[in-house]
Amino acid sequence: METITEIAVLPGRDRRGETESFDRIAIRPGDTISIVGPTGSGKSAFINDIEVFAQADTVTGRSVLVNGEAPSEAICRDPAMKPIALITQNSKCLADLPVQDFLALHIASRRIGDVDLVDRTVAQANEFTGEAIGRTTRMTALSGGQTRALMIADALLVSNTPIILLDEIENAGIFKDRVIARLKEHDRAVIFVTHDPLVSLLSDRRIVMREGAVVDVLEPNGTEREALAELSAIDDRLSSVRERIRSGEVLAGGS
Amino acid sequence: MRLAIVAGPPGAGKTAVIRQVIRAFCGTYRIAYLKVDVVQAFEAEELGNEFGIPTRKVCSGDLCPDHTGIMVLADALSWAEEEAADLLIVESAGLCLRCTPYTTQALGIIVLPAIAGSNAPLKMAPMIAFADLAVVTKTDLVSQAEKEVFRECVRQVTPGIELVETNAVEGTGLRYLFKAIERCAEIRDPAAIVLRGTPPLGVCTICVGKKEIGWQHHFGTVRPLEHADHLYRGD
Repeated sequence: METITEIAVLPGRDRRGETESFDRIAIRPGDTISIVGPTGSGKSAFINDIEVFAQADTVTGRSVLVNGEAPSEAICRDPAMKPIALITQNSKCLADLPVQDFLALHIASRRIGDVDLVDRTVAQANEFTGEAIGRTTRMTALSGGQTRALMIADALLVSNTPIILLDEIENAGIFKDRVIARLKEHDRAVIFVTHDPLVSLLSDRRIVMREGAVVDVLEPNGTEREALAELSAIDDRLSSVRERIRSGEVLAGGS
Repeated sequence: MRLAIVAGPPGAGKTAVIRQVIRAFCGTYRIAYLKVDVVQAFEAEELGNEFGIPTRKVCSGDLCPDHTGIMVLADALSWAEEEAADLLIVESAGLCLRCTPYTTQALGIIVLPAIAGSNAPLKMAPMIAFADLAVVTKTDLVSQAEKEVFRECVRQVTPGIELVETNAVEGTGLRYLFKAIERCAEIRDPAAIVLRGTPPLGVCTICVGKKEIGWQHHFGTVRPLEHADHLYRGD
């Protein structure tokens, strides 16, 4: 795989046809970026542009450069060369195969010879999900959260790409803190489309969307540290209450 | 003039792909379009009205639609020449997975939906094997891993086939299909155009109107459930 030092997004147009106000948005290894904005503001379209390496040929008119140049055909078309994995909001898998066969096919498509990879991927997914996924479970029988947990594990271990795009992981009902911790382990670029305050604040940069366009790129540079600490505490508390409710407890006399 | 023949199962998004091709090339090429279907088709009127291009349609009725397509193709080429077309796009009915409508001196395009399931490419093997290029549609409805698995399944049928993945409604990723159309050689000798594959052996007695069920009532090429390979000739 060609070493990726930078992916750059060049401006397109908003819904009224006005050119976006940024010059270029550079994404480098180790970056964490969140994309925020009301529903319908074009957040998913932004990461889709990155995923397909738009060349002014999508509805937004944006272009994406890899290492300063138009991406090579191999990078765009050969999944084994593609440096990007996208985890969409899709929580259903249509391939009616057992988990192990599905992963084996994906591993084959990436030309990887690792024999333990199916086991490690399932184990990784099970770290993210409440109810364990079995190797022989059919993909179509997985819950929405299990499917997305498996897709994230697959992106980390099978695709193992330097750039991972995640569309609203907070809605998957999986342990998002564990997912974020694993995502940050290697020198990857991670981009979250999110409505979750904590996920937003855990990112180094925040892209703000409105009416199909990027309207601001914020770099809080530590100025939000206090807010982040406070939100983390609230989130921890919510998580623990959530787990107690999930395990069937009755929260008598306050939580 | 160039010839592009588009096949694929019903609902795969053949017309959506063709609409994007017409949109991309209507400034450069004069495009003519022929739709082959069985009992009803609406695409010719839709695309004609939308882009103001010459279109025709033919409904096969009692004939096999892929056979119909082959029967009328020489006439269609003459018609497209009269219309001074630079590109004739033929869209198949998309019913038969065994007959393949692709010919020589043309670009054969199979349109497959990513949601068709992992066994679908093997089931449609001849339709894929004789094509130059596979366009995988509806990729926005599946995860990335699934997209890659589906691609691998298509490659199991034809390892070297050129694959283009798209959400055809948006037109993402189709630039590689457009390049393939630009690269495609023009028709040199219309009289020499032939089918690429061999259609299934006929004529069977069902084709000529016998309705009884069970091979015992038929003759020529027949098939029992047991003890028959792909072809059983006897009785």
